[in-house]
Amino acid sequence: MADEPVLRLEDIEVHFENRAGLLDFGAEDQTVRAVDGVSFDLEERDVISLVGESGCGKTTLGKTAIGLQRPTGGSIKFRGHDIWDVRDGESDADITWDEIRTSLQIIHQDPGSSLNPNRKIEAILRVPINQTNPELSPGEKRERIYALLERVGMTPAPDFADRYPHQLSGGEKQRVALSRALLMNPDVILADEAISALDVSLRVEMMDLMLELQDEFNTSYIFISHDLSNARYFTAHGGGNIGVMYLGELAEFGEAERMIGDPSHPYTKVLRWATPDLSLRDSGDLPMRKIDIPDPINPPSGCRFHTRCPEAREVCEEQRPEDFGEGDHQVACFRAEDGHEYWDSPELSDADADDLLGADDSLQAD
Amino acid sequence: MSADGLDGLEVARGSDVTDPIIEIRDASVTYDDGDSYVLDHVTMDIERDEIIGVIGESGSGKSMLASALLDAIPDPGYLSGGIRYRPSNGEEVEVLDLSKEELKALRWEEISMVFQGAMSSFNPTMKIGGHFEETLKAHDADVDEGMQRGRELLSDLYLEPGRVLNSYPHELSGGMQQRALIALSLVLEPEMLVMDEPTAALDLLMQRSILRLLEELQTKYDLTMLFITHDLPLVASLADRMAIMYAFQPIEIGPTRSLVEDAAHPYTRALLNATPNLDAPLEEMRPIEGSQPAPVNVPEGCAYHPRCSLATEECRVEEPAHFRVDDDHRSACYHWEQSREEIALNYIDDLGDAARSGGEN
Repeated sequence: MADEPVLRLEDIEVHFENRAGLLDFGAEDQTVRAVDGVSFDLEERDVISLVGESGCGKTTLGKTAIGLQRPTGGSIKFRGHDIWDVRDGESDADITWDEIRTSLQIIHQDPGSSLNPNRKIEAILRVPINQTNPELSPGEKRERIYALLERVGMTPAPDFADRYPHQLSGGEKQRVALSRALLMNPDVILADEAISALDVSLRVEMMDLMLELQDEFNTSYIFISHDLSNARYFTAHGGGNIGVMYLGELAEFGEAERMIGDPSHPYTKVLRWATPDLSLRDSGDLPMRKIDIPDPINPPSGCRFHTRCPEAREVCEEQRPEDFGEGDHQVACFRAEDGHEYWDSPELSDADADDLLGADDSLQAD
Repeated sequence: MSADGLDGLEVARGSDVTDPIIEIRDASVTYDDGDSYVLDHVTMDIERDEIIGVIGESGSGKSMLASALLDAIPDPGYLSGGIRYRPSNGEEVEVLDLSKEELKALRWEEISMVFQGAMSSFNPTMKIGGHFEETLKAHDADVDEGMQRGRELLSDLYLEPGRVLNSYPHELSGGMQQRALIALSLVLEPEMLVMDEPTAALDLLMQRSILRLLEELQTKYDLTMLFITHDLPLVASLADRMAIMYAFQPIEIGPTRSLVEDAAHPYTRALLNATPNLDAPLEEMRPIEGSQPAPVNVPEGCAYHPRCSLATEECRVEEPAHFRVDDDHRSACYHWEQSREEIALNYIDDLGDAARSGGEN
């Protein structure tokens, strides 16, 4: 079993049925395609970062990966066992659903709302210990809580343990949330925008802490962020991969520094453009034809990015690009393949190519 | 500490700006009769038609500064000092002397404000168009003419006026709502737009897109913009000048380029080095040790001294005035020259590279 990855996602598909009447776009098919055909492996002590704009499906994919969301297609294997077969009792594996759930933990963007405001930090942290080590004496449990609080930099620990969540700063709350997840001895932690709510100056510190604990606790991370520079920092230090998501699909997947230094997919280049830097150079106009992301109900045909892509040609409207690229670096774009018919395809004639209007009936209509 | 602030004021007067639209003089906000300040004797000018970024971490007083401009401090806070508004045509106004009615007119018609989280600024049961009409009527403006302006503003922000005006807030994405709110804030043709973390709840791509659009709006409508954020790199591409807030005061003010390329305050330099940045070598990003002081226990002397590697006896005792680094650049640090020598900026070697590879990406 040792050679199995901690998590293996194969062709994951998550579709939501949308109740009629909620959105009146007159569309006949009301299926939201949140995730479509995503596969990757997460190894021991690995990091995979998922980046993309709001609505690209990165959170849904993350939650699916740790068993909080049931996929409508594909499979998730935890150390070789299909987790939903285990859940349904259809697996002969020697692992239980509870063990899987314990091994896959999450920390959220807003630690304030994930900590019970009426309980002290010590009580909050005692819950996971009661579950994983019920045999410990109260004194031993307390010792463990103090040791961990000290480890995450909250000293003096007895003082912090005696506080309520509202008496902590945002960064301290996030450390408590991280501690709580770690006390479950998880194999994987999903960090869903876990540092986005922190001040810019605290983000590096929090990421460093998470990475130090990765070694000590032997955990892997799935790190979700809309900020490429944070994803780069975390992923490169954790020795992992970045997956760029667009409308439920992986647009590009590969090693962090290469992705930043030499992005292949036009959408990755857009995210690179959107990432602020201090060079003060004129970064030029938005390298996209439209500002707003299309509706994930009935996503665009062919390559889903073609409605906004500055490089789109007619073939992009018709064909869905497979993953191109060699080895660990994958790009779902025809441009990554020399000699593809894309290069002979005429440029997309686009009525509103010159402006960035989000939709079809434009100004003249009113 | 106020006495030292006043000394600073003398040093600070001068050629920072030539045609101020706002003059802030010794503005303070206290919630406990002066025992502690959440805005601590601030003196600065805002130049007409500039985009100024006010940057600070949580609890640095940056939002207080914005509220002070419109005399909109939440109760029971007490605002003292002077806020002088100089419209492009018309009489100068002392904001703190205005009556309730006059304040109402000043807000929206002269200086308008946009906050983070458009969802809480809109009435969820009213269509976007209703908000425009209501705002126009409340200020006795011509509704037809105003709606025409509103449509144009919406298309300036790459929204379809017809569809957006006819939508309820929840029918729009977060990015669309925030853009609609910016359009609404400009419908009465204010001279100045104050934005408090206007893009913080949005993803980075939408933030950058909105910043790009703000730049276009600024040029088209000759607006003065004050942009408050904790995210220094985000506004660096937008702002003409930046003011860095620490412990309820601006501690460094200067043109964006000279501030980013050679900041003259140890805190600013630490802040720049702590920022995840695609151009900086990975191993050189490091957090700032310690945390910002709370209003009730701001250290004596320079508020940054407990965290500062350059701190001397002087810093512990006497609050530094603003020193003039350059004609248009000032820093509240005794050791500003030394800070430039001793605290290296980790991204500086890459600026050349970045500039070369930039442009068309």
